[in-house]
Amino acid sequence: MTAFETVIGLEVHVELATKSKIFCSCTNGSDAEPNTHVCPACCGMPGMLPVANRQVINLGMTAGMMLNCHINRTTTFDKKSYYYPDLPASYQTTQWFAPIAVNGYVTIQTEDGPKDIRVKQIHMEEDAGKLVHDNLTYTTLVDFNRTSVPLIEIVSQPDLRSADEVVAYLERLRSLLRFAKVSGARMEKGTMRADVNLSVRPAGSTVLGVRTEMKNMASIAAIRRAIEYETARHIDAIENGTEELVQETRGWDDDAGKSFAMRNKETAGDYRYFPDPNIMPVVIDDEWYDQIRASLPELPEVKLERYVAQVGLSDYDAGILAQSRAFCDCFEGAMAVGAAPKEAANWIITNCTGILNKRGLTSEDLPVPGRALGQLIGLVNDGKVSSANGKRLLEALFDLDSRGESVPEDMAAFAEAEGLVNSSDTGALEAVVAAVIAADPETAQAYRDGREKALNPLFGACMKQLKGKCDTQVLRSLLIAELKK
Amino acid sequence: MSENTLFITENPCNRTAGRPVIGLDDLILTQDAATSAGSKMLAGFKSLFEARVVERLREAGYDIAGKANIGEFGFDFLGESSYFGPVVDADGHLATATAKLLMDSSVDAVVGLEVNGAQARSAALAGQVHLKPTYGCVSRFGTVAVACSGETVDITARSTEDVQQVLDVLAGHDDADGTSLPARECVRVTAAGFAEAAGAGEAFAAPITHVKVARGLMDAADADTKQLMEAAIQALSSEGVDITDMASETDALFAVANLAWNILMCAELCNNVNRFEGMKYGYHTEKYQTIDELYTKSRTEAFGYLTKAAILYGSEVLATGNYERCYDKSLRIRRLVSEAFSNEFARGASAGNTAGQTAILLPACAKRAYSLADVEANPYLAFEENRFTAPAAITGLPAVTAGGVQLIGSAFSDVALLRLANILPADCAGKEA
Repeated sequence: MTAFETVIGLEVHVELATKSKIFCSCTNGSDAEPNTHVCPACCGMPGMLPVANRQVINLGMTAGMMLNCHINRTTTFDKKSYYYPDLPASYQTTQWFAPIAVNGYVTIQTEDGPKDIRVKQIHMEEDAGKLVHDNLTYTTLVDFNRTSVPLIEIVSQPDLRSADEVVAYLERLRSLLRFAKVSGARMEKGTMRADVNLSVRPAGSTVLGVRTEMKNMASIAAIRRAIEYETARHIDAIENGTEELVQETRGWDDDAGKSFAMRNKETAGDYRYFPDPNIMPVVIDDEWYDQIRASLPELPEVKLERYVAQVGLSDYDAGILAQSRAFCDCFEGAMAVGAAPKEAANWIITNCTGILNKRGLTSEDLPVPGRALGQLIGLVNDGKVSSANGKRLLEALFDLDSRGESVPEDMAAFAEAEGLVNSSDTGALEAVVAAVIAADPETAQAYRDGREKALNPLFGACMKQLKGKCDTQVLRSLLIAELKK
Repeated sequence: MSENTLFITENPCNRTAGRPVIGLDDLILTQDAATSAGSKMLAGFKSLFEARVVERLREAGYDIAGKANIGEFGFDFLGESSYFGPVVDADGHLATATAKLLMDSSVDAVVGLEVNGAQARSAALAGQVHLKPTYGCVSRFGTVAVACSGETVDITARSTEDVQQVLDVLAGHDDADGTSLPARECVRVTAAGFAEAAGAGEAFAAPITHVKVARGLMDAADADTKQLMEAAIQALSSEGVDITDMASETDALFAVANLAWNILMCAELCNNVNRFEGMKYGYHTEKYQTIDELYTKSRTEAFGYLTKAAILYGSEVLATGNYERCYDKSLRIRRLVSEAFSNEFARGASAGNTAGQTAILLPACAKRAYSLADVEANPYLAFEENRFTAPAAITGLPAVTAGGVQLIGSAFSDVALLRLANILPADCAGKEA
């Protein structure tokens, strides 16, 4: 039996996290009500001219640097012509002749150690609209919210050899792009999409086999399944002659677990690329280049090492934090306002994660600024907020975010406004203690008779009346003092 | 369609108000009236927004008289390809709506989009004044895009003064046009900006004291046109302008400039009219089974012959395998023509005759009159006779047509060119004495 080698190259599309679209000032928010973020420009109407969004170029450059690419100091936009109902001007503005970044690499971890996957190029382009098929009425509706949403396409060389390597590559890409805040890179939301170019050849051969391109895979798990299926199909065709392999684009049906032919080389259109005369070549001078270079984030593995070696976290805690740029930012922000590292890490890993999970959010969605968390930890440690109310306060920060409100500067004032601050009035505490004892003389007597555990229900009753708003140490000593009177 | 449609849509203007009245050509978008681009495809199309130049005209208190008839997408010879029919004068000669509206004083100026020389030719034949300003000084926002790399908003009027007055209103930076030049450069083509620069001794504001004659193109014209050129040379010379011949290698380059321009223009046009596929704008075929059929039938039924020819030609020059030897080569020719112009302008200055700057004199078209039969016999006349207008189109340099001939100057020399054009003799075709 012949041994075969699978050769894979990826084209990864990533939506850029900009406020506005690539050539107009419409909001970049494709999941809003259909056709609410549209204007004559992104609807392709005559008379509108494209004006390149500088933030798109910043993020394209950032991605290039994160992936160790050469940045083209003069980069141009080009027109790609084809007809499709989701493409309002019947051309897509992309980069064909001088893309923003070329010749980079991404290092992945494999069973045999680290491996560099070469990146051929990164180019910037606009997304197309979304077609919504209504199977009840047999109509297709177009949503132009997504037209002109900025994308980068990251094209790898055919350096990947297995589904495992592809998954490692995608996870590494996702991590780098999130750390650099280039994109949320969420496959489930369509802000990261991968096309897989795959061929199979006898092991040791240097000639590439017939290549097929697979599109429409919505998750890393689906990509893994698609690669395994497609590899088997190719080997079957080569070994057993079950079918003739042709260069074609294929779709992936994850429910059926099968790929299917979409279009082949003969029917592929000629895109007739040419430079867009309405967008001047973008010239990146040293100042601009250096500014982006200086803004690059610390890489996740560097953070992990630092958190262990310099900050003193466990490998486990550091590992969890370093998986998320939002976690790292929150952690470092909390430390900056004086929180103890271990404590800050615990709050993030336990309490924040708990709330994120409950709300169906991911670690990158963490809406808590490190400064706020640091202040919150301080309030709990100072006995101004009880530990239980500290968690409520944290939850309130998530609520602010979901209402689109910003987190206040002064957490003490916020805790006060939320009614979560401990009562500092010992007179009020004494009154509650007296009332609780008066209401349950039997339990009080039991305690006085030496049954220490009888303190607990009394303490609980006080806490209930105080709605948890007290310094528990103070309450405990007041209660004991009153019982011993 | 009926012959001699001058306005496709007309706004009654109260002439007694004393405000200047402007006609727009049918590629300039307005909200109140349809913009058809002279095409069945866009007949009745109403824009959601107005062209920047229209906003500027309205702000300056100008009245808009309506949309003047033009050839489909404005790139034909003399408007003969308009869906609304050609304009022909009493002698059976092809005219343009612009020329006629100015001649009968319906408007004081026409603001349009000069794509392929139709308006320069029209002005040359009618003895009117036409300016294609320095590329980037007037916003193209809100003009129906045809060949973006070379087309500019243009002005046709009865006198150089009228042209300058309108140019003063139109020129200025626009953030919505990525090719718009910075405000400090746009202002150079206004009378005020020019006067200030002249005071500061800037080169573009120096008077034009040297004119070079494009002999090769002059020889390609007929005897009457040559005579006009000779009269222009005489007039300039008698005003002390130094006249020499342009270098023969520049002449040779001019001879291929329009081939390169045809390639660039058709490629851009092909791409720009892609959006008119029968789905979202204007014309929509009645019967179709598939979406491909909808596209094909709508475009087949709504585009005219010349537009279809340009689409086919433009597709071909961009096709894989042809791009390098057609489109990319044309971009290189564009650079060579620009360099040749720079050399001509520089050599004129270093000749040391005067401290002024240099312009090129050439015809705007080969004959003094064309009939409908001429364009029917040769529908591609616009792709051949644009040899006279392509040098300015491909480089973005300013060009003034007056007295039946054309002057091309260095970037931002618009005002200087208009002043020089005042020296040219009124041509017999119509300019009032």
